[in-house]
Amino acid sequence: MIKTLNQLGSGETGVVIKVYGSGPVKRRIVDMGIVAETLIQVQKLAPLGDPMEIKVKNFNLSLRKSEAALIEVRT
Amino acid sequence: MKFGRSDAGRSIDDTQGGLLMSTKSLTVALAGNPNSGKTTIFNNITGARQHVGNYPGVTVERREGFRRYQGKELLLVDLPGTYSLTAHSLDELVARNVIVNEKPDIIVNILDASNLERNLYLAVQLLELERPVVLALNMTDVAEARGLKINDELLSHKLGISVVRMVGNRNRGTDDLLQMVSDAAAANAHQPFNLDYGQEIEAKIKLVTEALEALTEVKYPLRWLAIKLLENDQDVSSAIKLVVGGFKILSLVEQARGELKVIFNDEPELVIAESRYRFVGEVYRQVAPANNDLGKTTSDRIDNVLTHRVLGLPIFFGIMWLLFNIVFTVGAYPQEWLEQGITWGGAFLGQNLADGALKSLVVDGIIGGVGSVISFLPNILLLFLGIALLEDTGYMARAAFVVDRVMRAVGLHGKSFIPLLLGFGCSVPAIMGTRTLENPRDRMVTILVAPLMSCSARLPVYTLLTAAFFSPQLAGTVLFSVYVAGIVLAIFMALIFRKFLFPGAAEAFVMEMPPYHLPTIRSIFTHMWERSVLYLKKAGTLILVASILVWFATNYPTNIEYSKDYDQEKTQVEESFSAQVTQNILIPLQIENPEDNEALGALVGEIAAINDAKDKAEQALSAAAIADKLDELQQAQSILYPYAMQYYEFEQEKQSETEKIDKEQAGEKLAKSYAGQFGKTIEPVIRPLGFDWKIGVSLVSAMAAKEVLVSTLGTIYDVGEIDEEDSTSLQEALAADPAFSPLVAYCLMIFTLIYSPCLAALAVLRRETNSWKWPAFSFCYSTVLAWIITLAVYQMGMMLS
Repeated sequence: MIKTLNQLGSGETGVVIKVYGSGPVKRRIVDMGIVAETLIQVQKLAPLGDPMEIKVKNFNLSLRKSEAALIEVRT
Repeated sequence: MKFGRSDAGRSIDDTQGGLLMSTKSLTVALAGNPNSGKTTIFNNITGARQHVGNYPGVTVERREGFRRYQGKELLLVDLPGTYSLTAHSLDELVARNVIVNEKPDIIVNILDASNLERNLYLAVQLLELERPVVLALNMTDVAEARGLKINDELLSHKLGISVVRMVGNRNRGTDDLLQMVSDAAAANAHQPFNLDYGQEIEAKIKLVTEALEALTEVKYPLRWLAIKLLENDQDVSSAIKLVVGGFKILSLVEQARGELKVIFNDEPELVIAESRYRFVGEVYRQVAPANNDLGKTTSDRIDNVLTHRVLGLPIFFGIMWLLFNIVFTVGAYPQEWLEQGITWGGAFLGQNLADGALKSLVVDGIIGGVGSVISFLPNILLLFLGIALLEDTGYMARAAFVVDRVMRAVGLHGKSFIPLLLGFGCSVPAIMGTRTLENPRDRMVTILVAPLMSCSARLPVYTLLTAAFFSPQLAGTVLFSVYVAGIVLAIFMALIFRKFLFPGAAEAFVMEMPPYHLPTIRSIFTHMWERSVLYLKKAGTLILVASILVWFATNYPTNIEYSKDYDQEKTQVEESFSAQVTQNILIPLQIENPEDNEALGALVGEIAAINDAKDKAEQALSAAAIADKLDELQQAQSILYPYAMQYYEFEQEKQSETEKIDKEQAGEKLAKSYAGQFGKTIEPVIRPLGFDWKIGVSLVSAMAAKEVLVSTLGTIYDVGEIDEEDSTSLQEALAADPAFSPLVAYCLMIFTLIYSPCLAALAVLRRETNSWKWPAFSFCYSTVLAWIITLAVYQMGMMLS
């Protein structure tokens, strides 16, 4: 199923299809290794529900839900 | 994708060797991701032979160090930690500019072996810069503990460069690295490295490269330039624009980008970044096969507690509470010792200097200034101990993660929380604490609003005014409302600055959560030491100069025409004292001088000692006890006692009269000093706020430090030296002044809260932003804001009453 990353719950995984958006935000996401065919696992949400923590390429990354919404994944 | 090598890449103008000074000296640049242990390795290599400065015109730090190795002098440059080399981030821009402009002899790329894939992404970009690169595979122990096996020989073969294994935290592999650097320098050959971006992009790279070859002024690797242009790199494009023939190339690039966009249905820069990651991924899977990328690590288990859905926030607040208390409560002790030492030093110098301008300058101006510089030092040391611990253990990223939701609501970053919290203690460490914010816009907004947090120096002002004008039942509410006003204003101003001063799309929050690890004592202390030296050197001198200026403004001019002759008044007091003594004591006792009767002198001394005991805290005597003791004396020496008592009373009267005259003179002197004149000049401006010139003078001299407001008011109201902790006499004097009212007192508190940060904070602001513009802006905006808010409060208060 195709979703955006912010729709995944903790423990769920997805494979990146495409990163949307533009400018520095998109570039930063891509520079951190979130490119097509990358496996992502959602670790958890912060105590106030945002941002979220994910595991990608063997390291942990936190990003805001608004940023996660730019990442389209296949679950 | 295949890994191609060719000799197409070339760098023009190799003769401009940047920092290369002699054949025996080698320039080595250390590059790597944040959290790759780069600075630890830098410290291992250079030891104490290092210094920190700034890159010209920007706030990014430049750290350099030296090391002698096998007869060669190595100059090491620690580049800012980056994930990539785009022009989107200042750190990345600085790092790559050092490489392309200064052309270091060797680039050492430090990689976190436990996080190899993403670290290799930077390595590939460094290789594209066509300088000799060697790889230092750091934290191999962590990688092994996680079951990651890395074939470093294969990695070396795949990338065509040398690889060394290291454990920076235990200082392992440092010599191997130095040997490798030395060998690579001796070989003096870099392996050309060309990553194949695929047919379509390669065709465009070739096109642009050929066009660039026609230019004569270019001294950068052409293939790299071509790729950067296709990536729409703003820094490179604007540089090319300035070169003859640059416009033609830019239009060619524009066309090529348009075509690529159609082919890939995405921006070319992203296709290029993806190609790099695809290449890196292939290399990674070959050198470190069969890894479970989603495995739970020890770090994840610690995180399960520290960023827990329910426990996360309480733990965060607990740690913040601890940090605040370490910085300010623990820091208060050494601070007190230092201040005492300075007071003694001042007193000692005071005794050994002749009275006059020099003594006043040294004791009040210089010692006072040095004192205010040094008294911040314990706070700053402890602050950076705390920050180093938070950063090096990895908790800082978690703190930002936990609290970001709140800070984002006001346009700030999760990491802004710590500086703002520190602001309640003191703006100086708060402004210095913004260094943890990587993004310059977040950092600037935080710096500008941090002084609105009510620092501890403002508390004596609040307590003086609340105690003088509000009932004890109301005092708490009044005080609380001032603190809340500061926070509300900070939120409001942060939103405004975000919107108007630093507009544009928000930066990415995307933040690595580095694995937790035990920091080394050495790295923590290096960090602490470095910051403190920087503070003393850069901010300290400014604070000293500012303190001397304020001393000058409040003490000069000296040739004042006083409204009356104070010396004459004092002589009068002296004369009337002598007359009283002669008439009431000397004549009845039939002596010429009080000294002629030794018993009388001794008795006066005893009476004085008994009365003094009343004031001394450690042997405080009740009124009844004093009366008893005096009775005893009276019975023992019934004849002499009445005379002695009378003498004592005359003397007391003389002293208090003289003191009163002195205080009045000090008050008039301050009123007529430059600061006082200025206070009077601005009276029309502050009149609508309910302030008279006395408050004006106090506000001007409180620029030195806000608690100075209390002592200045003390001088003006002729109550003499005011202890900031206990200001009862001043409270009474203020309450008795018709110019003051509870409303004016409240307005003064609000004004003190908001108006310009103290000079020490402005000095640090200048140092931290590396420009005079921001302290000037901070001064203006906060003073104007203070005026507007206080005006509103005063005028509304007047209407209501």
